Amino acid sequence: MDALALFLEFSLVGFASGGIYVLAGLSFVIVFKSTTIFNFATGEMMMLGTYLFFLFDLQMGFGWMGGLIAALAAAAGVAMLTDRVILRPLIGRPHIVLVMVTFGVASIMRGVAGLIWGPNVRQLTELLPRTPVFLGDILVPGKLAWGFATAGLIALAFMLFYRYSRAGTAIRATATDQITAESLGINIRMVFLLSWGLAGVLTAASGIILGSVNGVTPQLGLVALNVLAVVMLGGMTSVFGVVVAGLFIGWLETIVGAYLGAAWQSFIPYLIVLIVMFVKPTGLFGEQRVERI
Amino acid sequence: MSEQTTKAELAPKGSMVDSRALELAGWLALVAFIIALPFFGSVWALYMGCLVAINVIATVGLNITVGYAGLLSVGHSAFLGVGAYVSALMWIHLGTPLALNIVGGAVAAFLVGLLFGIPALRIKGVYLAIATLAAQYSLYFVFQQWTPVTGGDRGLSLPKIDVFGFGDIGFYFVVAFVALLTTLASRNLFRTRVGRAFIAVRERDYAAEVLGINMVSTKLLAFALGAAYAGAAGALLAAFLRIVNPDQFTLLVSVFFLAAVVVGGRGTTLGSILGAVFMTMMPEFIRFVLEHLAGAEADMAGLLSPLREIIFGALIVGFLIFEPRGLVGLLKRAFGHVEEVEARAEH
Repeated sequence: MDALALFLEFSLVGFASGGIYVLAGLSFVIVFKSTTIFNFATGEMMMLGTYLFFLFDLQMGFGWMGGLIAALAAAAGVAMLTDRVILRPLIGRPHIVLVMVTFGVASIMRGVAGLIWGPNVRQLTELLPRTPVFLGDILVPGKLAWGFATAGLIALAFMLFYRYSRAGTAIRATATDQITAESLGINIRMVFLLSWGLAGVLTAASGIILGSVNGVTPQLGLVALNVLAVVMLGGMTSVFGVVVAGLFIGWLETIVGAYLGAAWQSFIPYLIVLIVMFVKPTGLFGEQRVERI
Repeated sequence: MSEQTTKAELAPKGSMVDSRALELAGWLALVAFIIALPFFGSVWALYMGCLVAINVIATVGLNITVGYAGLLSVGHSAFLGVGAYVSALMWIHLGTPLALNIVGGAVAAFLVGLLFGIPALRIKGVYLAIATLAAQYSLYFVFQQWTPVTGGDRGLSLPKIDVFGFGDIGFYFVVAFVALLTTLASRNLFRTRVGRAFIAVRERDYAAEVLGINMVSTKLLAFALGAAYAGAAGALLAAFLRIVNPDQFTLLVSVFFLAAVVVGGRGTTLGSILGAVFMTMMPEFIRFVLEHLAGAEADMAGLLSPLREIIFGALIVGFLIFEPRGLVGLLKRAFGHVEEVEARAEH
């Protein structure tokens, strides 16, 4: 196979793995936009959602379909519980406190997963077909291709919901201006709850897709930094930006990993974060909320 | 802030003298306790004494960053690691004395802190938290992968240190002395222009800038100073455990120090001391409880590590919700101590 075809194949694999980042990034953005909380527990929510799928599907024997529905519902429940029990009492407190709390929640989630399921890798049911997909000459591993398709569908459904549904409009109104939204009769607390619930579903979905490729360990939350890099590059507040940045970073990681080696690949997220902070703190498509000093 | 200061100055002279005398008595009692510990305590007490003192140094440092300057650092243990590795390397390759190693570790951590702080602190918001998380992961990666220098996963082993021919007790006094010195330094820092600039930036950054404080350099200094404290603590930790490996500097350890600051009480030196003591003793306490509940044959290591993550996280969340002023606030409440500080808005 010539070099160009190989490059194209790596590129497609990269985009496919970027789909997971898109979902997790969307979850981060929806929480940040509506509640202005910087959620450091995004990676851990992915990890916990994946374990919930493992719990319902294999340990409790619901089968994959029932397990999936139960896991997504439970992940949404956990996220909403976090909002209602931990974050709502903190409304109006300094921003640093809210961020510290999400960091504490992340630690609790890691600990709970480690306590219940132990440190070893758990394999999930094979949801995605293994047979590779051929696009002309180019071969894409089946799990990645179907994972990407699933992630794309979920992201699309989310964006349609966000754009056209009544609840999505309420979230967007809250994101634009909380006080005006409230004076127009939008129940801000319900919007916060809904945003967290959606974030729980999105993180669990991305975690399950990731887990069905690699299995799940309590360390799965460590992809959080990659997701943060995606979110920063996309601009924190932009749904469209996250889609572009997620695909781009997935692509970049695979290309760098393929041509320069895996050690270089692990530095990509830090490099992206550093470059964005130096060059354009608003990210590619962010609002001009970020202030330089 | 300024309102509070004037109130404090207008307060009757008597109460000021009282609180100062109380504080002096507290310091003297602490010194007496430190001196008495090796003569009355067991080997375990001496070991814990060293560990507590090292953790106090690191917690006081993080408190400068998080408590006083209001900047969130979630990668404190990475800077401990920088201090530990640099001091260990100085020791092994240059054979420098302990005092110089501590300074070397602190300076190295200060510089690495600047490296991660400069891009993040030029922007408003929680970017420092992201940059420190990046520091946490990338420095761990460096510790683990740069095998020719850091020894990889096996890490570095150090020869036994003998201070003035007193063995473990001598080393204990060195650690206690450094801890006392750095804690006093941090306490007095907030009576100087530089320290008060940290607080001013935390309270109202624009107002601080109008008053002639350079926001970026103040924040940078506050963050790098915290990292330098961590570096000094790391150097002592390396000399104390005589081994340095990447697994001593994980995210869990950073959560540990953040919890120590929050539990003790953000923005008070007493809080950092209390928080570090509490957090160092707590894992021992969990181990004790587990041994009695589950028996010695239970899988302690497998249980202890996730339990710690849960408890550290829960402490951060619980204290921030229920008692943002930490153990210091609880103490004050217990003694019925009500001051103007109570009314001060949280930062």
